Amino acid sequence: MSALRESLGFLTSRLRQVGIFVALILIVLLFQVLTDGILLQPQNVTNLVVQNSYILILAIGMVMVIIAGHIDLSVGSIAGFIGAVSGVMIVHWGWAWWIAIPACLLVGALVGAWQGYWIAYVGIPAFIVTLAGMLIFRGLTLITLKNQQITPFPAELRALGGGFLPDISGGNSVLEWLTVILGVGGTAAILFQAIKERRIRRRFNLENEPMAWFAIKTGFIALLMLAITFLLASYRGTPIVLIVLAVLVIVYSALMNNSIFGRHTYAIGGNLHAAELSGIKTKAVTFRLFVNMGVLAALAGLVFTARLNSAQPAGGTGFELDSIAAAFIGGAAVQGGIGTVAGAMVGGLIMGVLNNGMSILGLGTDYQQLIKGLVLLLAVGFDIFNKNRSSGGGSGIGKRFKLKTTPPAGTETKEPAADRPVAVPAGSQQAVRNP
Amino acid sequence: MNVPILQMRGITKTFPGVKALQDVTLDVNRGEVHAICGENGAGKSTLMKVLSGVYAHNTFEGDILFENEPCDFSSISDSEKRGIVIIHQELALSPYLSIAENIYLGNEQARNGWVDWRKTNLEAAKLLARVGLSENPVTPIQHISVGKQQLVEIAKALSKEVKLLILDEPTAALNDEDSDHLLDLILHLKGQGVTSIIISHKLNEIRKVADAVTIIRDGKSIETLRLDQGQITQERIIRGMVGRDLESLYPDRTPSIGEEVLRIEDWTVQHPQDHTRTVVHNASLNVRKGEVVGLAGLMGAGRTELAMSIFGRTYGRAVSGKVFKYGKEINTATVSDAIRHGIAYATEDRKHYGLNLIEDIKRNISMAALHKLAKRGWVDKNEETTVANRYRKSMNIKAPSVAAITGKLSGGNQQKVVLSKWMFSDPDVLILDEPTRGIDVGAKFEIYTIIAELAAEGKAVIVISSELPELLGICDRIYTLSAGHVTGEVPIAEASQETLMHFMTQEKE
Repeated sequence: MSALRESLGFLTSRLRQVGIFVALILIVLLFQVLTDGILLQPQNVTNLVVQNSYILILAIGMVMVIIAGHIDLSVGSIAGFIGAVSGVMIVHWGWAWWIAIPACLLVGALVGAWQGYWIAYVGIPAFIVTLAGMLIFRGLTLITLKNQQITPFPAELRALGGGFLPDISGGNSVLEWLTVILGVGGTAAILFQAIKERRIRRRFNLENEPMAWFAIKTGFIALLMLAITFLLASYRGTPIVLIVLAVLVIVYSALMNNSIFGRHTYAIGGNLHAAELSGIKTKAVTFRLFVNMGVLAALAGLVFTARLNSAQPAGGTGFELDSIAAAFIGGAAVQGGIGTVAGAMVGGLIMGVLNNGMSILGLGTDYQQLIKGLVLLLAVGFDIFNKNRSSGGGSGIGKRFKLKTTPPAGTETKEPAADRPVAVPAGSQQAVRNP
Repeated sequence: MNVPILQMRGITKTFPGVKALQDVTLDVNRGEVHAICGENGAGKSTLMKVLSGVYAHNTFEGDILFENEPCDFSSISDSEKRGIVIIHQELALSPYLSIAENIYLGNEQARNGWVDWRKTNLEAAKLLARVGLSENPVTPIQHISVGKQQLVEIAKALSKEVKLLILDEPTAALNDEDSDHLLDLILHLKGQGVTSIIISHKLNEIRKVADAVTIIRDGKSIETLRLDQGQITQERIIRGMVGRDLESLYPDRTPSIGEEVLRIEDWTVQHPQDHTRTVVHNASLNVRKGEVVGLAGLMGAGRTELAMSIFGRTYGRAVSGKVFKYGKEINTATVSDAIRHGIAYATEDRKHYGLNLIEDIKRNISMAALHKLAKRGWVDKNEETTVANRYRKSMNIKAPSVAAITGKLSGGNQQKVVLSKWMFSDPDVLILDEPTRGIDVGAKFEIYTIIAELAAEGKAVIVISSELPELLGICDRIYTLSAGHVTGEVPIAEASQETLMHFMTQEKE
């Protein structure tokens, strides 16, 4: 009984995290029913991954920028611009893909450095700089393309958008075995990592997650991965872009959690002044975040161009809004300091399933936009509502914490007073010095 | 002659856990300038907020009689209707609106909902003439100096037909010339029948304008001194302000003081926006190994500004002067430079400048020295937790675990997290700015003990505090600051509240 209450208490304290998972499941189930099972057919799941890959790549960089308390409105235009640049390099100049791809990423880094300079060192708000960037790089896209699309691209580059890992079973098997190996291996690695981290948390007495919830959560994630593996394996195998995305998610999650750079990003977003007064070089961190965003936007542009097999004047339009929405639905805070790469991925998947499901149902972009807008509003509204409840007091959740703004009378005095004699560290005689 | 205009009787105001005002009495006569004196945090501003209706009449006990009629104010607009206008220390002006618009903000000169600009500007010009300000009423507020903005605030008060004008530290942000002008204006308005209450720390100002002085100490009204009875003297006011019983306890320590660690020479800092003001003038001071040095000064004396300008120029502009560590000149132009040279500054405002309140204890503790926990840019989280647990134990931080969010801790525990953060950066010099502000007595003792231990370990500690008994209780030597000047250096054996207060209120030219 008490274990149950403990679990419930934990769930309410993590309402947001639980909520977003439940929302994803509900949305998937809803469209699975509405589309008569088309949503989860192997071919459609493969489509879903490939279609959303560039939004998810952008969402990684976007959530980092948002954690630092900024925003980037220019990523769609940058993606379009890099698509155009890649068209000129590969199709017009005939560069090999292995030269063109690093060159495009470098151009992306330069674009990011340009914006980062204005934001970090000149001090213009990111909203303005990237709004300008949205116009500047769309303009440059049109100029580069001379208002005409560039096509076709060689097969090596197209593989980045629509290619699959080779079929090692020679096309005779029902399941694609390389995918199965990767999927099962990846699932095992995730289980292993989760258990290891829980062990460490327990060792340091930091664990507050009930065993039942841990088991359900980890088990669910493992099942989800195996299901996706099965679906992919029964169609054409692992899309190359999924491998790229998986590597990015792993690397960037680690970067944000465990690197000095990532931790400084959270510190800047949480309290800029405190970060500055702690010796963090806030400008350099901000600059690097935008360089990184430029590189990821370039990668997204390449993937998008490769998938369409054409660099288009309007390429990337609206990507910024989808990736921003993904970050916020995934739990990032508008004020900065809060958010995770994994959360942004789930947020991006929610947007993706909505897009895909509504397209299957034949809803026009009019209704699609309406519904996506409402989902974004509800997700962030739920966040704010939740936060007000936990700090405003009155509700059960509020009572579980000491209130932040107005501590109840006596909390400050009681607690230390209770064991004041113990409070005197060793070595100091508790004598009184009366000046 | 002595007709009372305002009588406040038995005012008691309680905040959760704190009695801010206790049975306060205040009598102000018609047509006088009445000063209110007291240390920082004595309750002066709270009393004025009670009077002006910022705190509604049902949130405190006691009676207010204004012109012999009881007052039940629920908001500022209620008190303004009766002719009581308060001008806060931070001016409430909108920078992009014109002088005239600011004067009539919330009280627009309008006909049928449309602003009558002709009338607005004409009336504003008349009011400006009354306060002796020769500016065009259509000039945006941000284009005139802070001193003139203060006069606009008074013009705004006059537009509301003020009978009782309350000024909360009106000269704290002004240079000497503007201060003199403002004080003359207060005397001029007194001639026109406006009664004023002025809150001020500056005793020379009080001697210049005040007909009566009421002293507030620890939320209680101590006494009212009257000029016509010859009671307003500096010594008398100081005695009233500091003469409280010592209740707090301080840990015993035998200082063992070594060589000089840090020396500041000719340190001068200008105000970041107002270039006519010099906030710190040619300050020189030093601190030695194992020594606890106090910096005493009233509000606006420049203590925090001095400390922050040393710590990576985080305050002020045109900073000049030299910093020496172990006799060698060092450069502390950025925070990371300062930290690298072994200087740490724990801020007086831990919520805004000290902690990331949405993060947990361990990440706050590691924030200033993350590189110590990292190899090639990657943080060892196990080591971080171990370090945080060590400080949780040694500093007695009360929290369920080091994963607890700092925003949910009590003030004392938050302060211990801030101190842990700086101790982990392993400094040689710690500058602690108001280390016990907003902390209850029990936790204060713990903080004092930590300071004593730091000194015993051989750190050089500088403590900035508004509480003189605290400085007397923990320091080995105390510098006093007044209006940006170091006005005194007092060894603990010769220090008393009276001597310190004497130096703290001394004008140096």
